Formats: sequence, C-alpha cells, structure tokens
Amino acid sequence: MSSPASAVHENGTVPTFYVVDEHDHAEGGSTMFGFWIYLMSDCLIFAVLFATYGVLGGNYAAGPSPKDLFDLPLVAVNTSMLLFSSITYGFAMLTMDKGRIGATQAWLGLTGLFGLAFLGIELYEFAHMIHEGATPQRSAFLSSFFTLVGTHGLHVTVGLTWLVTLMVQVKRYGLIQANKRRLMCLSMFWHFLDVIWIGVFTFVYLMGMLR
Amino acid sequence: MTPAHTDDHGHAEDDGHAHGSLRSYLIGFGLSVVLTAIPFWLVMSGVLDSKQVTALAIMALAVVQIFVHMVFFLHMNVRSENGWTMMALIFTLVLVVITLTGSLWVMYHLNTNMMPGHDMNQIP
Repeated sequence: MSSPASAVHENGTVPTFYVVDEHDHAEGGSTMFGFWIYLMSDCLIFAVLFATYGVLGGNYAAGPSPKDLFDLPLVAVNTSMLLFSSITYGFAMLTMDKGRIGATQAWLGLTGLFGLAFLGIELYEFAHMIHEGATPQRSAFLSSFFTLVGTHGLHVTVGLTWLVTLMVQVKRYGLIQANKRRLMCLSMFWHFLDVIWIGVFTFVYLMGMLR
Repeated sequence: MTPAHTDDHGHAEDDGHAHGSLRSYLIGFGLSVVLTAIPFWLVMSGVLDSKQVTALAIMALAVVQIFVHMVFFLHMNVRSENGWTMMALIFTLVLVVITLTGSLWVMYHLNTNMMPGHDMNQIP
C-alpha cells in the first residue's frame, strides 16, 4: 500500500512528502467529474453573456425593442422542443442501462430530431429578425441578444454533431464501456443546455416582453 | 470484474453516477412542463396587473425549474465524487452570482450617475 514517507529518516535520506506510488485508476474513472468541471466553466461563459445582455438589453439605439421582435408562441414551441429532447435523451440513458442497442439508437435519433427542430425554429426566428432589419449591428440590445442566444444555439449544434458521432460509434462498436461513458457525458451536456435555455427564455424573452 | 471495480475508492466507472429511474425522469419532465407553462401563461395573458410582480414570479419559477433539472435530469447529489461535484457547482454559482449582480449593479450606477450633463460638482 502507498503511504507518505514520514518526516526525517534516521539514515539521512531525503524525505518525500507525497504519495510515492499511484494507486489504480479505472480507465475513464475521472472522466465524468472532469466533464462536470468543463460544464461549470461553460456556465461561467454563459453567466458573462447573461450579464452583458442584462447591462445592454435596454439600449435599443432608437431601433426595435423586444416587443416589436419576439414572438412568444414561437418561443414556447421552441422551449417544448428542447424539453422533449431532454426527456427522450433520458429514455435513451435508461435503455442504454438495459443494454438494448436498438431502443437506445431510436431514442437518440428522436432526441436528435427534436434538437434539429429547435435549431430550425431558432434559425427561422433569426432570419426573420435580420430580414426586418434587426441585425446584430443595429443596437447594443441586438448585439448582446444574438451573442447570447447564438452561443446557446452553437452549443446545441455541437451537441447534435456529437450525438450523430456517438450514434455511429454505437452502431459500429455497440454499447461498450467507452461508448456508455461518452453517452453519459453527452447526457450531462444536453441537460445542461436545457438548464441554460431556462435562463434564456425567462430573462431574454419573457422579461423582454415585460420591459 | 477487475479489482478496480470492486473497491470503494470512488474510481469505479459507474460509481456515484446514478441514472435515475423512469419514474424520476417522468416526475422531472412533468414538473418542467408545469414550470415552463406557468411563466409563459403569466406573460402572454397578463393576468397579474403589476409587471414587477410578474417579473419576480417568472424569475422564481425559473430558479425552481433549474433546481428540478439539476436533481431529476442531471442527478445532482451530495454524494457523487465524494461531494466534489456539489462543491464545484456551489463555487460556480458563487462566481455566477458575483458576475451577474456585480455587473448589473456597477453599470446601473454608472448609467444613472455618469449621464452627460450631470453636474459632477454636486456629488459630495
């Protein structure tokens, strides 16, 4: 067993104050915690973007305000897409635990479709706004809006790419330990994005309509 | 099974990452639907006369929903990784609160006190 060498040796050798021999680490044993730390750092990125939006969100520069631009029914549909994708990913994890590859792939595919629908609606909203002249350059409000919501959309895009990659991996190699670990990381990422979206629809869309 | 899986040092791969059950996912989903529907309904129908009350209500509901997601979807608990997951989360939340309140507070005062035409001599 490993134990820290004690202070001064009688034979005069230099003492060491650290654990000399590493004990066993199972492969990937620290991956989940490491990924959690990444999510926390990502959380800080979004905190800064939320703070920026909070400061600049009222500076319309005589341009359009949230009331002129936001379409709440559309945002509600978008929110439900992301919420549905969260529960279908949960079902994918449950079937993964039972080792049912086909069902896992089906739930993952459904999650991907909901994610795509979310992205599609968001891009439609962006295109509609830009078409009306509400571009990111128009005002500080729109710059911070597009940066915050766009960064979230970019995360969803990356999550979708990751999802497709993992579906190919699972198809090729099955539900091996490494693939399960990757799916669990993506699970955390996906649910984390849903948590961020709660902040977006509350502080950007709903509070925007109240201004 | 390798010995690494049977010892209890928190390094085994499934250790501390309970996935939750079908029941917990469904409870989380049900709560999320309700907690999403209420704020949208409050704002879209305008049932509450005061905008400030509505704003406070939807913010409170958002905090509750974030908590629901953390528990039922992200399976947060105080035990995983010997509590370090929770410690990292608390540390992050402290930084988030400092960032948000600090930015809004400082910039609000900057906006109200440093407007053009403001007579700086009157500030004690």
